Amino acid sequence: MIGGLFIYNHKGEVLISRVYRDDIGSQAADSAVFSSSGPFLGERLGGVVRRNAVDAFRVNVIHARQQVRSPVTNIARTSFFHVKRSNIWLAAVTKQNVNAAMVFEFLYKMCDVMAAYFGKISEENIKNNFVLIYELLDEILDFGYPQNSETGALKTFITQQGIKSQTKEEQSQITSQVTGQIGWRREGIKYRRNELFLDVLESVNLLMSPQGQVLSAHVSGRVVMKSYLSGMPECKFGMNDKIVIEKQGKGTADETSKSGKQSIAIDDCTFHQCVRLSKFDSERSISFIPPDGEFELMRYRTTKDIILPFRVIPLVREVGRTKLEVKVVIKSNFKPSLLAQKIEVRIPTPLNTSGVQVICMKGKAKYKASENAIVWKIKRMAGMKESQISAEIELLPTNDKKKWARPPISMNFEVPFAPSGLKVRYLKVFEPKLNYSDHDVIKWVRYIGRSGIYETRC
Amino acid sequence: MTDPKYFTTNKKREIFELKAELNNEKKEKRKEAGKKVIAAMTVGKDVSSLFPDVVNCMQTDNLELKKLVYHYLMNYDCEDPDPLIRALTVRTMGCIRVDKITEYLCEPLCKCLKDEDPYVWKTAAVCVAKLHDINAQMVEDQGFLDSLRDFIADSNPMVVANAIVALSEISESHQNSNLLDLNSQNINKLLTALNECTEWGQIFILDYDREAQSICEQVTPRLSHANSEVVLSFLELLPKDSDYYNMLLKKLAPPLVTLLSGEPEVQYITLRNINLIVQIRPETLKQEIKAFFVKCNDPIYVKLEKLDIMIRLASQVLAELKEYATEGDVDFVCKAVRAIGQCAIKVEQSAECCTKVNYVVQEAIVVIRDIFRKYPNKYESIIATLCGNLDSLDEPDARAATIWIVGECAERIDNADELLESFLEGFHDESTQVQLTLLTAIVKLFLKKPSETQELVPLTTRYSDNSDLRDRSYIYRCLLSTDPVTAKEIVLSEKPLISEETDLIEPTLLDELICHIGSLASVYHKPPNAFVEGSHGIHRKHLPIHHGSTDAGDSPVGTTTAMNLEQPQVKPSQGDLLGDLLNLDLSSPVNAPQVSSMQMGAVDLQGGGLESLLGSDLGGGIGGSPAVGQSFIPSSVPATFAPSPGPAVVSSGPNDLFEFSTGIGMAPGGYVAPKAVWLPAVKAKGLEISGTFTHLQALQHMTDFAIQFNKNSFGVIPSTPLAIHTPLMPNQSIDVSLPLNTVGPVMKMEPLNNLQGAVKNNLDVFYFSWLIPLNVLFVEDGKMEHQVFLATSKDIPNENELQFQVKECHFNADTVSSKFQNNNVYTIAKRNVEGQDMLYQSLKLTNGIWILAELRIQPGNPNYTLESFPHCVFVKFVKDQMVVDVWLSF
Repeated sequence: MIGGLFIYNHKGEVLISRVYRDDIGSQAADSAVFSSSGPFLGERLGGVVRRNAVDAFRVNVIHARQQVRSPVTNIARTSFFHVKRSNIWLAAVTKQNVNAAMVFEFLYKMCDVMAAYFGKISEENIKNNFVLIYELLDEILDFGYPQNSETGALKTFITQQGIKSQTKEEQSQITSQVTGQIGWRREGIKYRRNELFLDVLESVNLLMSPQGQVLSAHVSGRVVMKSYLSGMPECKFGMNDKIVIEKQGKGTADETSKSGKQSIAIDDCTFHQCVRLSKFDSERSISFIPPDGEFELMRYRTTKDIILPFRVIPLVREVGRTKLEVKVVIKSNFKPSLLAQKIEVRIPTPLNTSGVQVICMKGKAKYKASENAIVWKIKRMAGMKESQISAEIELLPTNDKKKWARPPISMNFEVPFAPSGLKVRYLKVFEPKLNYSDHDVIKWVRYIGRSGIYETRC
Repeated sequence: MTDPKYFTTNKKREIFELKAELNNEKKEKRKEAGKKVIAAMTVGKDVSSLFPDVVNCMQTDNLELKKLVYHYLMNYDCEDPDPLIRALTVRTMGCIRVDKITEYLCEPLCKCLKDEDPYVWKTAAVCVAKLHDINAQMVEDQGFLDSLRDFIADSNPMVVANAIVALSEISESHQNSNLLDLNSQNINKLLTALNECTEWGQIFILDYDREAQSICEQVTPRLSHANSEVVLSFLELLPKDSDYYNMLLKKLAPPLVTLLSGEPEVQYITLRNINLIVQIRPETLKQEIKAFFVKCNDPIYVKLEKLDIMIRLASQVLAELKEYATEGDVDFVCKAVRAIGQCAIKVEQSAECCTKVNYVVQEAIVVIRDIFRKYPNKYESIIATLCGNLDSLDEPDARAATIWIVGECAERIDNADELLESFLEGFHDESTQVQLTLLTAIVKLFLKKPSETQELVPLTTRYSDNSDLRDRSYIYRCLLSTDPVTAKEIVLSEKPLISEETDLIEPTLLDELICHIGSLASVYHKPPNAFVEGSHGIHRKHLPIHHGSTDAGDSPVGTTTAMNLEQPQVKPSQGDLLGDLLNLDLSSPVNAPQVSSMQMGAVDLQGGGLESLLGSDLGGGIGGSPAVGQSFIPSSVPATFAPSPGPAVVSSGPNDLFEFSTGIGMAPGGYVAPKAVWLPAVKAKGLEISGTFTHLQALQHMTDFAIQFNKNSFGVIPSTPLAIHTPLMPNQSIDVSLPLNTVGPVMKMEPLNNLQGAVKNNLDVFYFSWLIPLNVLFVEDGKMEHQVFLATSKDIPNENELQFQVKECHFNADTVSSKFQNNNVYTIAKRNVEGQDMLYQSLKLTNGIWILAELRIQPGNPNYTLESFPHCVFVKFVKDQMVVDVWLSF
């Protein structure tokens, strides 16, 4: 299991160090220092043994000359798992043959928890909250084994105000929530207005050949729910899942043909732990008691019948050795009544670019030398429209024989629909004990489709 | 504390005094006070108001005082009304890893394990593991393990999960590694908890449960829960054999692909694991190949890994690879181009297209060389392009490759000599690799076009300080000067085809890694002991060992052992070995190496041999199916034959029948690898062998089977190749019939019916020998003329005679005679002498040897004296005047 957890700043200084197991930093880390970095490092270290593991990571990963070739590094029989968030490195250390994905998931979770407590993960925030972080680390990892890491539950008893004196009931409520079956919700929640918000957030990914052939495309989506509901509400979520629609449609053939078109095939989906999987497995119905506040109800992935909101048509022509002509057309491919926003097209330019002239019909385009790209931004664009940019790129003559790699043209955008075609059909709420019905709940649904990695090769 | 005086004070002002003493400046005083406080506490007084003062004392270097303080803390905090504090105490105390402190931990831990709050339980459960790490004996003595076992049944899922974690942690260093009996009841409890607990708990439980198959079905829904390690944990517990595995893997493909759209680190872990899976089951992810297409902003480690997998899934990805060859990162491009080459080797059609990719000429040339080797004489059109590029090459690899191509295709390149000459100019500056290649290329050129190369041949290597180079050139020189024809044969010989798969992980390692799917081992592609110290994780998993085939398993061990007593030839330990074999899967691997040349499942079909044959169940047996006939060698009548050493060799046959004398194919882990039990079965003409391969060792699949026999006494050879077309999966057994005939080369074996052979597959060659049951070699025309029989029997020298007794037979002469006849043993004559039935019998073996026998049956006496055999053995010349001098049978 996880033997220790360290947080570093970009200089490799340790901000947080929590050791769960003795094996970390003992003789193994000694040899780590000597074997991997030579005696020079050993001299500098000396003293506290435990520091060795900490330093081994700094020397071998943070200060490594070469780009990191693996997120898991084994330095003299000690494994370092690291993730990086802006300038901050989080490293979990172990000497055992652990479940690797679990360690990373834990690190992600750790980031989520910290973000939920004090916002952005930055050096300043970590320094300001180090006591809290130690408290959290004590709670969510015991002897290196991850424990309950639901922010909601943690916030009930790890507060920055110190523990208030609680009644016995409150205490047992906390402990049963931290450990119990429905750890994600506490009893006795009351709202004057029962309300819920559903966000269908999708990111559409595309890789297209210059000829316009789709090489790979998939949508990874999330259904995020914000619930402000009293009591212990039993919810049931319905969407146009092909399997469900087909099952239901058997009776009325008419409906099948009508709705069948709109249903979507989901390749894979995962749910928040509040969803009863057995029911999903047997009836494919999604029922659950939601946590209070915001949570991610499900994640899914589709690959079939994806609506690609934009098509990019590139045309690159090399005129001699010192000039490139680039023309890019983008076409919006959705209902004219809808508006896409925050459109950005990024056209990479060679490293030896000396100057660029750009003409675009719509929006603004700029050559950004530091990013080696022409960035074309359009604020809004309706469906079924077309726009074009042309650019002349002047190149410095070089004797570099290496050809320009021609990275793909990438695109960013946001559209008010789900590119996968997913539709929320219903979200029913039942709370048998309290006095409100499904009709009393105010429900909101919103669809946002964003670009993931949306690339066209040129 | 042991001092009784501390317990005696009993005044009201006591607390106040203690307070003062605790804050005293003198260490000694403080220690005294500490003792008093503990004493007061022990007798049940409330000293909780002293809390801040006691804590103050913690800052001391006096161990005794420190212990007292801890003790105080644990006592008071463990009784705190707030469960969070109680848990905190037990958690923190568990982290004070000083042996001497642990005794103070014991009592509070005990309390916590019996607490009323689940939060305290779950913390206490982990604390047990902590304590075990420091003081294992104490955990045992205090019965904490039982508490953990009780927790398994708890209704709180987190308590269950932590108890499981603690148990599995403890079992790693515990002599009894199976601390929790995974009976159906416990499994059900775990499954219930699994449904309710956090994602982490799910992993703990899944990782623990390796009783896989039974619960797989039930945990499949788990795949829809959230995070990656759950999916990978699940993968780990899949049963490693059967179609079921395939089916489940198919179900797993979508979640695995979903993981690939997650965070890069998890992508990497997933890819490393997929890399393993595609090596055993490429078909699983074939449809998903698009998921492995590289994205522009993937981290480099993800890119490299994706590429690796694509190579394995290859074929339609060629175009995709071409794109990569234009990328930025040099490592990546090189690998991409190599990948193209590997594809070309794999898919013939694509070779043409590959040869046009010249983006990274150097790497490409290396690749082209491989392509040339694979498909000689197909793509020579490229040579011209190649030659044009010669100057630009500076990598030794590429230069060597070019030179190789020039040498290889010398006859098609007009100016080959000039090209090579240009390389020769800077000969001494080249790397050894290039020098060696150049040397060979020149020799090739010389052999192909002697006229043009004369001036090149006085090679300048003599003064080289590289011994390899000097040696090679010396050998060439000798060859060329003495025998150019041989030289030609050697230098220009057909090159072996290069294999299709590259970079495959060595099979035994692969199997081990498959067992460790999801763990670090699967990420490093190294066995755990390569990076884990001590016992941790090493015995975490055992390779499942399958015990013998059913045949072996079913055989009564007792019988075999009994037989051993009477048969000195049989290794005396056979019975034990069989026992070991059957126990193998239970015992630790340490046992295995002792069984180095394992006697595979010494099945005693013959043990009861004739007895059972002629015994009560004979009716159904002998006349019936050919398969039964195999046990029909009367020679195994044990009672009488021990004294006669010669024939006994053969008569040990029935027992040795399944004996294996292989000692090879060891897994690195020390497992013994005799792979197969061979069961001969009888057919009317010729021998049929059904072979069962039993996987003892590991989870590797086997393909490309072939079989071959050594020369043997009967010239038995396979008449068709061994027909195993599908790979043999771990723990799977395939029945294969191999038709044999007796037209092969003959050589006398010892014992005579010994047949040696070898089975080859993709892993190794396995040698074995077994004894052909003689009865399968009896031919139909074994009936000897009456006269001939008489004459021959007189010629047989006495020393060739044998005598046995057949026990417990309740048949009359006629029945016996007809039963024998069904097995090609013919009765020539029958006489009745002094109330005994005498049967005179003959049989003939496939190689023309006759055997004569006399069977004496006393009616009423179940013990046949298959007595004196006046003419038992018949001397006969076999091919090439070779004398087979021992003959036997009854």
